Amino acid sequence: MDFLTILADAFRAALGPEAAIYALAAIGLNMHFGYTGLLNFGQVGFMLVGAYGAAVAVATFGAPLWAGILIGVGLAVVLALLLGIPTLRLRADYLAITTIAAGEILRYVYRSAFAEPVTGGVYGLTRFGDPLYALNPIPDGQYGVGELAYSSRSLWIMVIAWSLVALACVLVFLIIRSPWGRVIRSIREDEDAARSLGKNVFGYKLQSLVLGGVLGAVGGMLLAFNTQAVQPDAYNPVVTFYLYTLLILGGAGRVLGPVIGSVIFWFVLVFVDSFLRQAIGAGLIPDSIISATEVGAVRFALVGAGLMLLMIYRPQGILGSRREMMLGAR
Amino acid sequence: MALTLVICVLLAPITSAFAQSQAVHGTLRAPDGKPVAGVTITATRGNSEVGRDTTARDGTWSIPVPEAGRYTVSLDVRDLPGKLSPAREGGQTLRDIPVPADASRAVIFQLTTGTPAPATGPGGQGGGGGPPENTVLRWLDELPQLLVEGIKFGSIIAITAIGLSLIFGTTGLINFAHGEMVTLGATIAFLLNATVIGPQLQLIPATLVTIAFGALFGAMLELGLWKPLRRRGIGRIQLFIVSIGLSLLIRHVILVLFGSRPQPYGDYAIQTEWHWGPVSIAPRDFVITVASLLVLAGVGLMLRQTRAGKAIRAVSDNRDLAESSGINVDRVIRNVWLLAGGLAALGGVFFGLAQAVSWDMGFRLLLLMFAAVILGGLGTAYGVIAGSLVVGIVAQVSTIWFPVELQNAWALIVLILVLLIRPQGIFGQRERVG
Repeated sequence: MDFLTILADAFRAALGPEAAIYALAAIGLNMHFGYTGLLNFGQVGFMLVGAYGAAVAVATFGAPLWAGILIGVGLAVVLALLLGIPTLRLRADYLAITTIAAGEILRYVYRSAFAEPVTGGVYGLTRFGDPLYALNPIPDGQYGVGELAYSSRSLWIMVIAWSLVALACVLVFLIIRSPWGRVIRSIREDEDAARSLGKNVFGYKLQSLVLGGVLGAVGGMLLAFNTQAVQPDAYNPVVTFYLYTLLILGGAGRVLGPVIGSVIFWFVLVFVDSFLRQAIGAGLIPDSIISATEVGAVRFALVGAGLMLLMIYRPQGILGSRREMMLGAR
Repeated sequence: MALTLVICVLLAPITSAFAQSQAVHGTLRAPDGKPVAGVTITATRGNSEVGRDTTARDGTWSIPVPEAGRYTVSLDVRDLPGKLSPAREGGQTLRDIPVPADASRAVIFQLTTGTPAPATGPGGQGGGGGPPENTVLRWLDELPQLLVEGIKFGSIIAITAIGLSLIFGTTGLINFAHGEMVTLGATIAFLLNATVIGPQLQLIPATLVTIAFGALFGAMLELGLWKPLRRRGIGRIQLFIVSIGLSLLIRHVILVLFGSRPQPYGDYAIQTEWHWGPVSIAPRDFVITVASLLVLAGVGLMLRQTRAGKAIRAVSDNRDLAESSGINVDRVIRNVWLLAGGLAALGGVFFGLAQAVSWDMGFRLLLLMFAAVILGGLGTAYGVIAGSLVVGIVAQVSTIWFPVELQNAWALIVLILVLLIRPQGIFGQRERVG
């Protein structure tokens, strides 16, 4: 058992690109769920169209990187409108099921054989992020202290992703304190009250869905650039559940909730993962109980248990206030 | 680099779930019903061969294929003994055979001892896919078979979804962990029936034990989790998210215990299909369909005729009114969970028998259950049955015109369309949508 390695793994993940990317997607989800009260369970669908928008434009059609990014963002706007116009008038639980279904439909379509010439089917696309890495100003090599080190490529994605997270936080901070933000929060508290004051509730919800969806799409894009690969099955509903878990952990309806949530979430997740692997490697846990290949599944099970316990005992998470998380109203 | 590794590890259990087992199979018979042995059969996709098999002494053959999709299956005419030849010209090659994920698709070659019928024309009735150049005839040929498969699939969805709908009706909970109750049923029956560590019960008694287990599990969830949470005044949306957590937990515990490889039950795995006109069905699938429909009729009758059923409907309709008229609501809800758990377990065994037992089978079924429930109208019991059959049939029949990989997507698209046009569902009341 090497605790230094376990800690280094956990810290590396907590500060690394994935934590930043999940934080970004969760900031979008916070816009939906935390501020507007929309139960969007298809955030992964926005990540998928963002990632594939950029990847397909660059890898399949040879478009320049900036065009790919714009296409990804544009597709997220289109998806938000397509999804929002029919479903935002429905009750919250209908919205939840419809958004999950929409995310799954997208995944089925992108992985199907007939889409293969464009999307690469089940195999996906690779090596479309070269233009982004060509802009990397950081010289090659490892940066960090001891075992807690990042390659220059990871560091480059981290710089981009964490900058975007900071930018998104500032944006959310300003927008929520604006008149627009007050209407959004009043919709969460009492939709009928907002409507009776003459606010176009549907319009505000749709704007919120677009804004959060675009943040999700940018997160998905960065996820694709980070691994230089998109693969449809990576965008399955479990990703959305991860986002909900970390959002609720940090505190929904708080500007820094998703950021703190994501850092802690990845720290705990990778800590458990690394710990179990070390324990199995050292023979502390016999292979018959949990084998190394099953560690991933154990981790998912722990996320599920964590989500349940959080929701039961502390639905407001670390930062939130219980009074604001009156989820049962609708 | 380690971070990439982390992501790979993260995705490992997901991607491995798609290493599924699908195949094409069949039994080659002469017109007099005698099996024909020693004939080479090849499955191709595009221009590349996927696999080949030679028919056994009983005429059976089976070729595993790597993924769901449309395959061309052809028979080597040079291997045919005597005067046997394909019943139609070009009948040795059957194109565009849709193979669904995780299932084995039956393919029938029709043989004759006389002269082959011309490739086109009215003579070309009969099963197993017709001449490829006549597309109108081809979908007419496929339709009856796909309708039967749709009804089978739909009735499996119905027996699982009816519990989901009753739970929603009586408690307002959208039980996201319902798919895991299905998987749990299938895997418990697998444990009892086909593992070395289990008692290796025959599947029918194993199923009965499984139903009892599923019912108890449902009641245990209600008494141990949902009832205390309702007592604490936890809101509906919060409970929905709790059920998502529960679903993740149970599913991945099953993954650890059961493993990621889909596996069949020990009984009824290999059967000779019955051929009725254009339709061929394995006896197993026939029994599944009939049993499901009988169970559904029984549940419907129970809801309509018995005191317990009437109480369930009363609580669904108006909980407060039911409580004030002296119905013990807690007991009714417990009964609903017993019923839902038992039905989900039975549905799991049927689904596992029709396809294969796998750790995520319930989760794959869950969205279709939701589609069926919403299609029929949230909280209605009869609507769900109709909704399930629509979902099952749409999923199967869509494969005539569209790729097989998208069959579930079509069922979900129907869901979204219904929400657009008639959000309360086929049988729902307008007020339920709010």
